[in-house]
Amino acid sequence: MGKTLYQKVWEAHTVGTLPDGRTQLFIATHYVHEVTSPQAFAMLRDLGLPVLHPERTFATVDHIIPTDNQTEPFADPRAAAMLNALRRNCAEYGVRFFDLPSGRQGIVHMIGPELGITQPGMTIVCGDSHTATHGAMGAIAMGIGTTQVRDTLATQTLALSPLKVRQVRVEGTLRPGVTAKDVALHIIGLLGADGGLGYAYEFAGSAIEHMDMDGRLTLCNLAIEGAARCGYVCPDETTFAYLKGRPFAPVGAAWDAAVERWKSFASDADAVYDDVVRIAAEEIEPTVTWGISPDMSVGIGGVVPAPADAADEEKRAARRAALEYMKLSAGQPIKGLPVDVVFIGSCTNGRISDFRAVAPLLRGRRIAPGIRALAVPGSQMTARQCEQEGIAQIFRDAGFEWRLPGCSMCLAMNPDKLEGAQICASTSNRNFKGRQGSPTGRTLLMSPLMAAATALTGCVSDPREVFPSLATDQQ
Amino acid sequence: MPLQSIISLSGKAVPVPGANMDTDRIIPARFLKCITFDELAGTMFYDDRFAADGSSKGHPLDAPQHAGASIIIGGENFGCGSSREHAPQAIKRSGIRAIVAESFAEIFFGNSSGIGLPCVRASAEDLAAISAILNRAPETTWTLDLDSMTFSCHEASFAVRMPAEPREAFMQGRWDAVVELMNAPDKVAQLAAELPAPTLAPAQT
Repeated sequence: MGKTLYQKVWEAHTVGTLPDGRTQLFIATHYVHEVTSPQAFAMLRDLGLPVLHPERTFATVDHIIPTDNQTEPFADPRAAAMLNALRRNCAEYGVRFFDLPSGRQGIVHMIGPELGITQPGMTIVCGDSHTATHGAMGAIAMGIGTTQVRDTLATQTLALSPLKVRQVRVEGTLRPGVTAKDVALHIIGLLGADGGLGYAYEFAGSAIEHMDMDGRLTLCNLAIEGAARCGYVCPDETTFAYLKGRPFAPVGAAWDAAVERWKSFASDADAVYDDVVRIAAEEIEPTVTWGISPDMSVGIGGVVPAPADAADEEKRAARRAALEYMKLSAGQPIKGLPVDVVFIGSCTNGRISDFRAVAPLLRGRRIAPGIRALAVPGSQMTARQCEQEGIAQIFRDAGFEWRLPGCSMCLAMNPDKLEGAQICASTSNRNFKGRQGSPTGRTLLMSPLMAAATALTGCVSDPREVFPSLATDQQ
Repeated sequence: MPLQSIISLSGKAVPVPGANMDTDRIIPARFLKCITFDELAGTMFYDDRFAADGSSKGHPLDAPQHAGASIIIGGENFGCGSSREHAPQAIKRSGIRAIVAESFAEIFFGNSSGIGLPCVRASAEDLAAISAILNRAPETTWTLDLDSMTFSCHEASFAVRMPAEPREAFMQGRWDAVVELMNAPDKVAQLAAELPAPTLAPAQT
């Protein structure tokens, strides 16, 4: 009987079985950032233990840094303290820190793949739920808690129980103007925000095979929004081509050996899954959320759904609460809804491919009057590429604020926040109440293409209508 | 490599009365923005103890006769509410070594056990008797003994309860998961040698 990638990677990293029945799992790569690591380092200090494998531990700063001006000291002393604590901890324990002057700083889920640190067949953890992103490279990657951060620092292992594996097959060809973000929102809408509880999602099928690496990273990033702690794509030629030549990728003979080894982790053709879901790629529309949970979404041609149409009373109540918070009415078309702010960035959609896709569409055009638009590259490497390719200037010329790398307006731990009941067309990952920094702020999750179209018109727009060239150029 | 075994603890006790002592009261949300759990020292029960202007509300924790106490005497459903590990962290880092109460919320109990803060249950009658002694003689030294499962002082001894598994974990010094994870260093070292670590390519250094 064949095995899934999940099973193969799990077995390769198993240390043994603990007295309570859980598996002691070796962690190949551990990422740390400034928000969830300082307490774990303090706990390590209390125990008098070193970081067992500092060479497998990589740090960056992303959540709290301002994106307008990163000159230190920061205006927020709490943010400055968190950055300096990470500096001290990394220096003391010998952990490589991609600090601001390194030229390699960025959102942790951006830089791991970009630098080639995230590689197929690895177990990867970080004290951040969007760690699922790294699974796109063919790894088991998951978010962990503070005590588990400490466990990983101290022992390079964790006590875990294996997840079930659900294969999500997207077969066929995505229609023009439909991106990985739309695929992810569609899947979450279909299976529910809690549908993946207890599962790892293996994304497969011809649409995924033809998806570029950045798209796969977006897709796996959002696995957690469907409650799947891990999402992954089996490594293939797209994966290897992406990795080749990256700073931490093997070179020479070691590269050839690594590729052979990586291939061996891909799920076998006769692997057995706990569940399989099939989705036709052609059915996926440019998708946008209307509510306060990532599964509250509709195709761009759709209307805000009525509570009465929901399956049960719990869901009806959730829809009523969402409509009230979002100040929307059932039956209202989502297209044409005016917005105040547009945010293109985050670990979901702050990659070079996102900016490359949007830039040619924005060339020579201006955002709508009264719109505040932020474009925030997710890493210094991506920011440099955008400058070199003229992308940054196109965004600036179109009226966007072109910012410095960081998490920015995804989560409001830095100065980039909504105000009052502002409504934001956002390429980020969570539309929870207050997520973008205002207790009454409203978030519409969408792809960078739709966000760009929305920035130009000032209201939620179908990118295929605003950018007719999409229909002829793409795919 | 076992951590410290926790079998017997001695010290003064302090009453923190009331049922359903929730974690928001144990550690108000504004204290959660911290670099280390060390910063939580002194913040436990802050809003129960201090007014907005910082003046004392006369909570037993701040009464001179209970100064230096290391054992909390609580009520029913102690530690209910949010799952924040900050709550037992704030208590432990404020100098408390054990809690004796009528009952504990499950998550709080688990979080406390994981950081070496034993929580034991006593009957409502025994807690009343303990409180009576505390009122009369606050300087009394108490001993919590997990081997005999008693909470006692020079004049009285009371039976306490704790599920067998965490009790064994405390007594054997296995209360922290990290201990179990350090039991197979050779196999971990072998995997670390076998499984490639990301390395900066020579041209890039």
